[in-house]
Amino acid sequence: MALPSYAGPLETFWYYAFRIICGMIFVFLISPLIIIIPLSFNVEPYFSFSQGMLALDPDAFSLRWYEEFINSERWMNALQNTFIVAVCSTFLSMVLGTLAALGLSRSELPFKGVIMGLLISPMIVPLIISAAGMFFFYSSIGVSQSYAGLILAHTALGTPFVVITVTATLSNFDNNLIKASASLGATPTYTFFKITVPLIMTGVISGGLFAMMTSVDEVVVALFIAGAEQRTVPMQMWAGIREQISPTILAVATLLVCMSILLLTTVEYLRRRSETIRGITPH
Amino acid sequence: MKKFSKLSLALALGAAIGTSSATVSAADSLTVVSWGGAYTKSQREAYSNPFTAKTGIEIVDEDKAGNGLAGLRAQIEAGNVVWDVLDILEGDSILACDEGIAQELDYEKDLNPGADGTPVMEDFVQGSLNGCFVPTIVYSTLFSYNNEAFPGEKPSTVADVFDLKKFPGKRSLEKKPDANLEWALVADGVPYDKVYEVLSTPEGVDRAFAKLDTIKDQVIWWEAGAQPPQLLADGEVAIASAYNGRIFNAQVVENQPFTIIWDGQVFELDGYIIPKGAPHKKAAMDYLRFATDTQRLADQAKYISYGPARKSSAPLVSTHLETGVDMNPHMPTNPENFKTPIKKDAEFWADNGDELRQRFNAWLAQ
Amino acid sequence: MMANTVEADGQLTPEEQKRLTADMNRSLRLRKIRSLLLVAPLVIFILVTFVSPIASMLFRSIDNPQIIEYMPNTSAAVAEWDADSNQLPGEEVFAALVDDLVTGRKNHTIGKAATRLNYEKSGMRSLLTGSARKAARLKPPFKDKLIQINSDWGELDTWRVIKRESRPYTASYYIAAFDMETTPSGEIKFLPEQQQIYLKLFWRTVWMSLLITAMTLLLGYPVSYLLASLPMRIANMLMILVLLPFWTSLLVRTSSWIAMLQGEGVINDVLVWFGLVDDDNRLSMIYNATGTVITMTHILLPFMILPLYSVMKTIPPSYMRAARSLGATPFTAFYKVYLPQSVPGISAGAILVFILAIGYYITPALVGGQTGQFIGNMIAYHMQSSLNWGLAAALGVILLVLVLGLYAAYSRLLGTNNQMSLR
Repeated sequence: MALPSYAGPLETFWYYAFRIICGMIFVFLISPLIIIIPLSFNVEPYFSFSQGMLALDPDAFSLRWYEEFINSERWMNALQNTFIVAVCSTFLSMVLGTLAALGLSRSELPFKGVIMGLLISPMIVPLIISAAGMFFFYSSIGVSQSYAGLILAHTALGTPFVVITVTATLSNFDNNLIKASASLGATPTYTFFKITVPLIMTGVISGGLFAMMTSVDEVVVALFIAGAEQRTVPMQMWAGIREQISPTILAVATLLVCMSILLLTTVEYLRRRSETIRGITPH
Repeated sequence: MKKFSKLSLALALGAAIGTSSATVSAADSLTVVSWGGAYTKSQREAYSNPFTAKTGIEIVDEDKAGNGLAGLRAQIEAGNVVWDVLDILEGDSILACDEGIAQELDYEKDLNPGADGTPVMEDFVQGSLNGCFVPTIVYSTLFSYNNEAFPGEKPSTVADVFDLKKFPGKRSLEKKPDANLEWALVADGVPYDKVYEVLSTPEGVDRAFAKLDTIKDQVIWWEAGAQPPQLLADGEVAIASAYNGRIFNAQVVENQPFTIIWDGQVFELDGYIIPKGAPHKKAAMDYLRFATDTQRLADQAKYISYGPARKSSAPLVSTHLETGVDMNPHMPTNPENFKTPIKKDAEFWADNGDELRQRFNAWLAQ
Repeated sequence: MMANTVEADGQLTPEEQKRLTADMNRSLRLRKIRSLLLVAPLVIFILVTFVSPIASMLFRSIDNPQIIEYMPNTSAAVAEWDADSNQLPGEEVFAALVDDLVTGRKNHTIGKAATRLNYEKSGMRSLLTGSARKAARLKPPFKDKLIQINSDWGELDTWRVIKRESRPYTASYYIAAFDMETTPSGEIKFLPEQQQIYLKLFWRTVWMSLLITAMTLLLGYPVSYLLASLPMRIANMLMILVLLPFWTSLLVRTSSWIAMLQGEGVINDVLVWFGLVDDDNRLSMIYNATGTVITMTHILLPFMILPLYSVMKTIPPSYMRAARSLGATPFTAFYKVYLPQSVPGISAGAILVFILAIGYYITPALVGGQTGQFIGNMIAYHMQSSLNWGLAAALGVILLVLVLGLYAAYSRLLGTNNQMSLR
């Protein structure tokens, strides 16, 4: 959107004003994530920049909140729980979601609209309602306050992402590849693992990453159905923010921001790779 | 080979789920549900660590006492009780006992008599042994202020807290009607012993809300016990209601310039129940007996300024372990502090709580 | 298609044709079954782990077993009593009551019935539990003795409530959820203004969600426009600034807004430093509605930008140039040419943000104070604190209906297959 040569002074002014406005919106988007990083190194238990920090005095910075995080049995326990639950529920979501997406992309599947609506419902229903329902139901079948219950719940919340991304990948899938493979004498199983799987893998993985992010970030359902043994990082953060927001929370938050950068990079890489594979030129 | 590795992955996953849920029901640990923060810490030091040292049974702390009754009801209804011991307010314990979701106790048999030989039934605070409940502490909800907020004259009564002209600044109150309505009436001139009588009438309730209206704009509402000291320390508010133990902790351990207004402290009892169907009932009963004996209750006062609920413990209360401060002047039950207390009427709140909380929420939302 | 070709050749007898069609149908059916088998595991999984919990909640909002279960004799006996007769029930009902109170006291179940009735009428709890403590000592006739223990047993309203709640299903949770009450005479009417809460909260939730949606649109539109019109390489770089918050934990973003907005927080410090705000009069931007709106606008902004951007990407820049070259001012060109074409993106983003916003719970709970609470917070409150699960369920069902209605509108707008495509 270069400034056209026929632009008058008003338009030139607007052109730059518009960019400044957009710049400010970008600052709004990103500043909360940036600002917590230096604050998490504050030697004092406050949320604002001390004089020493502004003067870049090395004594004003410390790793004390990170040490507190690492030395806290609770946080480490929470980290371990989050990991267990995320890995298990992501794995389950990927398997179940991919199978379903394969079925959904077949033209002969009856009641497609209804099934699709059902499968993505966990994404649409507000979490507080899902959490309330699961609180009643999971108690009554005896899986509340257990890892199994939390994993089942997070799997349910994560599958829609896998279903959507894999269905989207499959909608660009060239079915002639399967016919070609079959005509060359490959068994359906062989074709599936040698042709279909590699091609939809990017979709499966990015869906899986979304599912993992959902599990890692999820707190509402966890608060309702998890017990002390299953306390996850978001639950610990929630308790911390509600009670007294100590800078340890900011240290954890900083680590989580780093994790999201990592995840974002992976997903973007996968997306571009899949576009290249599918021959879609980046526009 | 590939198949094998997939199978083993599935097995590993299953094992991970299986073993981790198995640890929950392992007989060598007890889940004790309490309020978290400095309070759970005091229980851990005074009861749980000595108990583990003595019996080898690990104690798992869960900070869900704030929603204790809800959690217990859900677990009982589902027939899947995972808590062994629940820390609960006296008022809620009455409900739990009436609903049959708490284990009934045979006090003389299940608890130890006082160290000085006082029988169980006479040793605990009178009338508190309601069949399921064992009180451990007397605690107060009261006002305290940050000295820096009032360089000149200091507030000293409940009426002062409601006087924004004389003592300007934000207030912080707990986000429920309990205690706030009582204080509003006291500030409006109702005598301390007539509070519940007035509050039982519709006019009395209107009067209390009208008084709260006068400070509503200036109030930040708190929900967790650790918030008010934080709000006071940050200078977000000038006066806050809080649990006295939390303020003690801020004053003595963190050296915060806080002062307690003992006038109109609303005191109530807190203690233990055993959920009906607790997974490790025998160990839970052992814990109950151990934790509520004379010495343990007195020990807790080394860590937090809540009064022991046994008469025989009172003479054993000594100094704060960490700082060496004499605990007695900080106890809500100390005669110096106990001049104008309000005893929270558990029965009144059990009956009128639903309606008053509804009214309170509606009032907040206005 | 194959059948048609063969038929066109005209070489098949009707017999063979029929067989062929049957074969085709069978293989189609097989393929159908196979595709259903692929979908089945997840469908069953979602039905069990997700749909049944929601269904159990629906059921709980009308389920009313307590009185029938824990006061069986009384509820059976009171059924015979005519509530409009202006006369207290007879001795046989009081006898049944004493029976239930004694059993209920022994089994520790009377508290459950008492809790249920106390929702309908304050004071019922102590009326039941208090009388139950004394009931075992009573000898017939009971009527006067019970009234002597507590005069409320002589009130018609007490009995009307018991009779009303002796039914296995109740509408009373929904009545309460709409800020209404059943008067003793059986009429359903709104509560007095000062006691209304849920309608107000629903209204506030909708209103604030609309405000948040408008804010995200206001901030998201220019950014999406810029991203869509910049060269791909730069747009991709800037897109990271949108995607990073999108990928960052909700709690992280909420806690960093607390650090930014609170009285002693970063923004106030900066304002004080510049002398824009007096140190004693720091702005209160958090623990109120402002805090909720700012934080949620930030959290939901990517959900507005992403759909807007993907629609704007498809608007050829040549249209604007054409409009300009035909003499339109920049404003007219934008208003007449660009804006109408971006409407699908606006509506998709707006409905998405709105649906997400009205179900929020965590952020309002942490930064909302008293004026920034949503209906979700009230549901959580009744789930965890007041323990009125029936009311929580009824509020949840109303919210669910609202969201599903909006979602239906959303998918009609976009077609069913690319809902919420994440990128």
